[in-house]
Amino acid sequence: MNFITNLIGGLSLGGIYAMIALGYTMVYGIAKMLNFAHGDIIMVGGYTILVFTAQSVHPLIAIALAIVFCVGLGVVVERVAYKPLRGASPLAVLITAIGVSYLLQSLAQMFFGSGTKMVTGLDLGSFNIGSLKISVSTIVTLLSCIAVMVALNLFVKYTKTGRAMIAVSEDKGAAQLMGINVNLIIMITFAIGSALAALAGTFYLMRSPSIYSTFGSLPGIKAFSAAVIGGIGSIPGAMLGGILLGVVEVFANSVSAIAPYTDAIEFAILIIILLVKPTGFLGKKRREKV
Amino acid sequence: MMKFTKRYLSFVLIGLVMLVCGVQGSGLSASTAYLLEKVAISIILAVSLGLVVGFLGELSLGHAAFMCVGAYLGGKVSQLIVEALGGSQHDSNFLVLILSLVIGAASAGLCGFIIGLPALRLKGDYLAIVTLAFGEIVRVIFTNANVFGGAQGMATPRFDRKYLFIIGLALVLATIAIVQNLLRSKHGRAITAIRDNEIAARATGINVTKYKLTVFAVSSALAGVAGVLYSYANFNLQPSKFGYNYSIEILVMVVLGGMGSINGSIIAATLITYLNTKLPLILTGELAVLQNLFYALILILLIIYNNAPALKGFREKYNFKNLWNKLFKPKHDPARVRDDAARWDVVPTKIEMNEVLSTDVVIDNFGDNSADIGERGGNK
Repeated sequence: MNFITNLIGGLSLGGIYAMIALGYTMVYGIAKMLNFAHGDIIMVGGYTILVFTAQSVHPLIAIALAIVFCVGLGVVVERVAYKPLRGASPLAVLITAIGVSYLLQSLAQMFFGSGTKMVTGLDLGSFNIGSLKISVSTIVTLLSCIAVMVALNLFVKYTKTGRAMIAVSEDKGAAQLMGINVNLIIMITFAIGSALAALAGTFYLMRSPSIYSTFGSLPGIKAFSAAVIGGIGSIPGAMLGGILLGVVEVFANSVSAIAPYTDAIEFAILIIILLVKPTGFLGKKRREKV
Repeated sequence: MMKFTKRYLSFVLIGLVMLVCGVQGSGLSASTAYLLEKVAISIILAVSLGLVVGFLGELSLGHAAFMCVGAYLGGKVSQLIVEALGGSQHDSNFLVLILSLVIGAASAGLCGFIIGLPALRLKGDYLAIVTLAFGEIVRVIFTNANVFGGAQGMATPRFDRKYLFIIGLALVLATIAIVQNLLRSKHGRAITAIRDNEIAARATGINVTKYKLTVFAVSSALAGVAGVLYSYANFNLQPSKFGYNYSIEILVMVVLGGMGSINGSIIAATLITYLNTKLPLILTGELAVLQNLFYALILILLIIYNNAPALKGFREKYNFKNLWNKLFKPKHDPARVRDDAARWDVVPTKIEMNEVLSTDVVIDNFGDNSADIGERGGNK
């Protein structure tokens, strides 16, 4: 019985990680950069929900507004901080992304203080199946994650914009020659990633309703590891890696002897995977050319 | 003479500080001594991170974690030795300090080697990810390990407070000497070659992985040294101190000082450490967050200014060096031109490889070809 509860919990947490990881992996695939600020978009989404639920706006509307706000923020960050550096060395872009992440955290601290705040109105209660107690939010999370992933896969495979995304990630120059607006595609990618981050933030708040300025860092870093484990740049890889990490986390947390070391175990998995299979589970090996 | 001062300027200045403060010795207030210790720690950290970020061109986000390993292991070892010798844990002597420095450096260096092994074989930003993960692992382990005091923290060994900063500054000198000599050697050329173009470096027979691993291990070991110094300078070690934010702060020092400049790192480390001690006195309460905001903005703006392709023309026209030359240097000095032509002792800070390699053929009015190397820039 415990096993099933853990499995469902793990899958739903994994779904959240997978959603965040999708943002990392898509941006990496298309803009060839690690967007360190992605985790903090989650935090911004969380705070937006906090602001609106405190004004007693309906939670669903608050979530929608958070998604809109995060999409706007993601696009602005891309335009202001990353676009000027397109074509510069990867190291410069990486450091800027870290700067943006640090900036967002400081701004959150400035506006909301460094203390922990509680978000109310996201608790959906729970129900019993036999002796099994399952919270509704877990099921909602799990189902929404599956829906988002299926939708995203269909979007990338069958729409014109999605195909353009694949083209840009394969070869930016060639895509441009085929008449694809590369800048627009990169912007759309950031928008989708940020929307997913806001959604993931919502689900994360459903699990534990407290929010603080570094709220997004740890899930961000873990999702990031998930993206690398699954093979960075690969959409199914991000889902696989996310679910793997989520399940490992929940199961490790349920054993009291190793529970304090859960985070360390997850990151150790990352290092081991990189050692054994550097491209991750589903990543493609790229040949480097001069 | 000019060359000599340029190369050893930092040594002379730090030596002077040591001499002046050492002579004053007892007259120095405790807070000044502590500030000097902190400056020494920051300089060691910034110079060693600068080696990885500025010269090797890889990003490490776990420099504070390596420092943490050094601080805990070095501190623990000296504690154990002093206890075994029968003294109280608070008096440590010079020999024990040296031993714990060695232990701290070795343990942090070993961690760097192990972490670098999977990450540095790969092309791309993997080192950043893995060091980030390593930072979290270190935090979790030291928070939960009871041997090291857990979340409460570990009491640290003591050393005569009056002279600790002198040892700190001596370690700074040693660090600068190690890094400068490494960079001026054949190996240093290999390191900068890897940064500028890895494939070209590999093609000339440089063992890229070996060099990357060595540099990263050396840098981590130096961070370990800074960690041991930290454990001697503070009363208590807490794992939360060595978090991600501290690593970012060191990165800010490196970026502010200018990537690929040792002297720049030293200046920036001194400046930021000073600001860190003075700013909290001004920015109290609500305003404290402004400091982080400030660092974040420095990081973003400096990087965009220094790297944005669109600002290239602007940068070349109005930079520090040009301004300096315009103000203080004569216009055409043949001696200087000859001097600049082959300066083996100066580490090249940034060469755009595709600029060097591209040869654009220019056909002038008379129809004879001349290869114009290095002026046009690559098309990438």
